[in-house]
Amino acid sequence: MAYRTLRDEKRLTAAGRIEWDSRSTQASALATSQYKRDFPLLLHNPDLAFLDSAATAQRPNAVLEAQRRFYETMNANALRGLYRLSVEATEAINASRTHIASFIGLKGKDDACDIVFCRNTSEALNLIAHSYAPMVLGPGDEVCITIMEHHSNLIPWQQACKAAGATLVYMYPNEQGVITEEEMRTKIGARTKIVSAVHVSNVLGVANNVKRMAAIAHEFGAVMVVDGAQSVPHFPVDVTELGCDFFAFSGHKVFGPMGIGVLWGRHELLKAMPPFLTGGEMIDFVTEQDATWAAVPEKFEAGTQDAAGIFALDAALGYVESVGFDAMRARERALVTLCMRRLSELGFVRLIGPDDPNAHHGVISFNVCGIHPHDVASILDMDNVAIRAGHHCAQPLLAYLGIGSCCRASLAFYNDSGDIDQLVEGLKHVWRMFNG
Amino acid sequence: MANGSVYTTALMEHNAHPDYKYELANFTHEHEGVNPSCGDEMVLRLRLSSDGSTIEEAAFTGSGCAVSQASADIMAELVTGETVEEAKHLGELFFRMIQGDELDDDEQEALDEAYELASISRMPARVKCAELAWRTLGALIE
Repeated sequence: MAYRTLRDEKRLTAAGRIEWDSRSTQASALATSQYKRDFPLLLHNPDLAFLDSAATAQRPNAVLEAQRRFYETMNANALRGLYRLSVEATEAINASRTHIASFIGLKGKDDACDIVFCRNTSEALNLIAHSYAPMVLGPGDEVCITIMEHHSNLIPWQQACKAAGATLVYMYPNEQGVITEEEMRTKIGARTKIVSAVHVSNVLGVANNVKRMAAIAHEFGAVMVVDGAQSVPHFPVDVTELGCDFFAFSGHKVFGPMGIGVLWGRHELLKAMPPFLTGGEMIDFVTEQDATWAAVPEKFEAGTQDAAGIFALDAALGYVESVGFDAMRARERALVTLCMRRLSELGFVRLIGPDDPNAHHGVISFNVCGIHPHDVASILDMDNVAIRAGHHCAQPLLAYLGIGSCCRASLAFYNDSGDIDQLVEGLKHVWRMFNG
Repeated sequence: MANGSVYTTALMEHNAHPDYKYELANFTHEHEGVNPSCGDEMVLRLRLSSDGSTIEEAAFTGSGCAVSQASADIMAELVTGETVEEAKHLGELFFRMIQGDELDDDEQEALDEAYELASISRMPARVKCAELAWRTLGALIE
């Protein structure tokens, strides 16, 4: 890979500047993020405190360069061409598949063929709800999800249940955001055919114990689906260790391009499922009145794929590996801890979610007393602070929490304590505007 | 990137001290407006003259962001005492303004303080907040 990696930076540090590995979480290292240099948008907007990475992360140079390199050096339609350029495009896609498989813990020789490219997590989950669910769901059956689902892992199941005459059952967390084993066992049972859960909540920041849910689901012969959109950017995922049957995530939240997402499924399940979208590339043999399907994964990849996006997602995962999850997580945790402490000191801010900063995975939801979240976000924008405000595509969760909407600051490893200072000063400004 | 101009002194004043936020007695018309994306809820009540031609009094209750609350208060003040036809006309002007149309001097003057919300047209996520009261009014008099 041609991009400048953090290893280069660490080599610089060997000359005596900064020891990232040991000091990246100390106050001096948190004060200014060296990582912002890798992200052109952050580099060119030094006054911007970007605190909305859970909505979409920023892209490093490595990803932008990969996207460009694909179109400049290997642009051809993959799979169908018989000439060298097309073969190279195909090889690039296959190499990405192998890399993605290994990134989520699948190191076997044939594992890459169970990686299906989609546009995003939503499309991946829709694929399962449209293709797999009708095979197993009937009247009286149940699909079990959590109340903290993003709408993308809620509405597909709501609709699949309606179509099948099945019931959608919810698991609820305790005050610390934990869905207990008791709650799992109360809700998952003999009628359950599918359990689907968000790995990390985009509002509470908590990580669900999907490994336990998978084990209980399997006791009753149900399959386990995991929405990994918010987990893959924050910690290493091993789908084998989780014991799930399907796992979905988006490229754009893990520093890759928008418009490329990944579905992994157990091979025997993918093999048995009918196609979701039909058309070019996904067929084997077509007559006037009938068709047979290509093998997995092509069966689920109708039409021309975003090959450049796939190639750039490969680079994004390479970038994450070059930084390393240990370094990323150490910085994120230190930043979240600092941010939660600073916000709680304000007095007029109410934090939402677990008390333990290490349970937050970059996400800090809050409300400002008496001030609507949309006003908070609009006024913070005046001070160049970008946060999200609203229902965060999780209306049932906010209803359960008894709030219509909330503010959310979401941090990534490239943020620094300066961003948090800017947020805190911005919130003081909000408070002064409403309270003189 | 700055969008501060919508939070004017007048808007903050209407939000903090809404003169027209109360339960209107003897109302003749009532409608609930909801903005699901914000969680804003508003009940607008009107008392029309016996021949139905004039809005004798308008008032609202409910909760929402500063923009939606101030917009409702400004609107209720503006349409109280106006004919229904004039209120419809003001609504048309308001929606043109919100969509980013340039209003001439007379039109700006007709909208009075409601014209202070013109800059919301550059904040697409907030347009619904400013519109809620006017959409609710439209449902009552259209």
